[in-house]
Amino acid sequence: MAEYQNLFTTVQPTGPASSGVPLPPGDSERIGPPFFLHLAGRLGNAQIGPIYLGWLGLASLLFGTLAFNIIGFNMLAQVDWNPIQMIRQLFWLALDPPAPKYGLSIAPLNDGGWWNIAGFMLTVSLILWWARMYRRARQLGLGTHVAWAFAAAIWLYLVVGFFRPVMMGSWAESVPFGIFPHLDWTAALSLRYGNLFYNPFHALSIVFLYGSVLLFAMHGATILAVGRYGGEREIEQIIDRGTASERAGLFWRWTMGYNATMESIHRWAWWFAVLCPLVGGIGILLTGTVVDNWYLWSVKHHVVPGYPAVYVPTIDPALLGVKP
Amino acid sequence: MAMLSFERKYRIRGGTLIGGDLFDFWVGPFYVGFFGISTVFFALVGTAMIMWGAAMGPTWNPWQINIAPPDISNGLKMAPMMAGGLWQVITVCALGSFVSWALREVEICRKLGMGLHVPVAFGFAIFAYFTLQVIRPVLMGSWGHAFPYGIYSHLDWVSNTGYQYLHFHYNPAHMIAVTLFFATTLSLSLHGALVLSATNPGKGQAVKTPEHEDTFFRDVIGYSVGTLGIHRLGLFLALAAVWFSALCIVISGPFWTRGWPEWWGWWLNMPIWGH
Repeated sequence: MAEYQNLFTTVQPTGPASSGVPLPPGDSERIGPPFFLHLAGRLGNAQIGPIYLGWLGLASLLFGTLAFNIIGFNMLAQVDWNPIQMIRQLFWLALDPPAPKYGLSIAPLNDGGWWNIAGFMLTVSLILWWARMYRRARQLGLGTHVAWAFAAAIWLYLVVGFFRPVMMGSWAESVPFGIFPHLDWTAALSLRYGNLFYNPFHALSIVFLYGSVLLFAMHGATILAVGRYGGEREIEQIIDRGTASERAGLFWRWTMGYNATMESIHRWAWWFAVLCPLVGGIGILLTGTVVDNWYLWSVKHHVVPGYPAVYVPTIDPALLGVKP
Repeated sequence: MAMLSFERKYRIRGGTLIGGDLFDFWVGPFYVGFFGISTVFFALVGTAMIMWGAAMGPTWNPWQINIAPPDISNGLKMAPMMAGGLWQVITVCALGSFVSWALREVEICRKLGMGLHVPVAFGFAIFAYFTLQVIRPVLMGSWGHAFPYGIYSHLDWVSNTGYQYLHFHYNPAHMIAVTLFFATTLSLSLHGALVLSATNPGKGQAVKTPEHEDTFFRDVIGYSVGTLGIHRLGLFLALAAVWFSALCIVISGPFWTRGWPEWWGWWLNMPIWGH
């Protein structure tokens, strides 16, 4: 048993590279002559390339590169164009959205305007990439499941960067570009609205995040464990069930009394992964727009106990007409 | 008998680790085995302890039921039942049933001639739980550092523990773990979607092949990891996510006691930057 756990490919047969399924008339040519990378072949396919560029891909890369460069040059400007300091402070640097005083108007370039432009470019890039996903699947005669899964991620991106700021009336509500700054934004949002852990949609989103990781561990492990029976040939197993599917199914049936089929496990996978950003986006969209404090909301709905009355109640200064 | 049409020929004797033929039978769809018995034993005792704790507690509201570990001042001693002792018994029962479940999976793998990937993967999850509830509290010298059993109370523990280190997002192992969680979920969505798109191409169209799957990903990103590789990649990403999660909490307290943002000072103060 120890000799065949199927974790790595030990013998790599090489042959002519695959140029891929023929494309329908009207598509451009694939580019980049394929080559083989031994290390990639240890884990999966050794072949790298070719790639289909097309005008959707080209335009998406163009807009994405513009966004990336706008963000990068703004950061470089902040360290006085010193590349060493750029590397040193990279995780701390940010391209921030405009200040609250600008509301939803276009701010001066150096006061958040670049953020608006970079965000717009990135959004265009993502939507073009979505169209590319959709189009590539259609041109190969495949279903469009990948594109719709990607749409769920774009939904969450648009909620934090567009829909919620618009509903709140200010671009300042949105996320800065930057490693630590976007983590600061996350923590600040949670604190401001009474701890996001009390947001039930956040809780559901985490359930689907952990659930997805659990599912992939279960599914990946199951397929590798029936690798000696050809379990990774999933499409064949779906349309003509073989002993790999039967053993994989029985393993879970005997373990927990239930099993998915070779096809339905991929539906479980798709829904768990898609629901993570989908319900997460709903939770963020409601935060600050519909619900101001998730802790108090949870007390009201008897999900969590209220604070014990240790201190004399303080009146909220906002209720006395005090302006911040 | 609750058997699938093809199931009978797979239900053979043998492959047990312990107990020989004594527990080698099925109940409905469930395989039993020695470890099935021990799983049920630990699960029943543990659940009964939770029920007892709930009955002694202030509420039956399922969101609010809370079984807390002993107070930090109790150290690593056994605690009185109603002052954390229940939590200690429940933790022993949980570990007993998790390990029994994993060993029962090993027996099922042996019966079906499968690799041991699933129980090994489950072992990573058990290890993460063991790290949170045993290794870290022991390193810190008190059971009171473990998390309580309750739906919202364990969220409070996560929140409070995070803020004890000022801002947990700056924990480097936490950053890697979260990245791996997101990467695993992304990969799962891509894998699930790709298989569904090949097998559900639309009304009246023929089911597509792995060559179509590879071509789609090569067309889009220039590389397709392949039907076997994606399962290796998914399993690796998922287990790495769990591994780094365990790492990020075990270093918080035993090896780093200040705010995590401060930890990054070594990077900013390296001598290579010059001034």
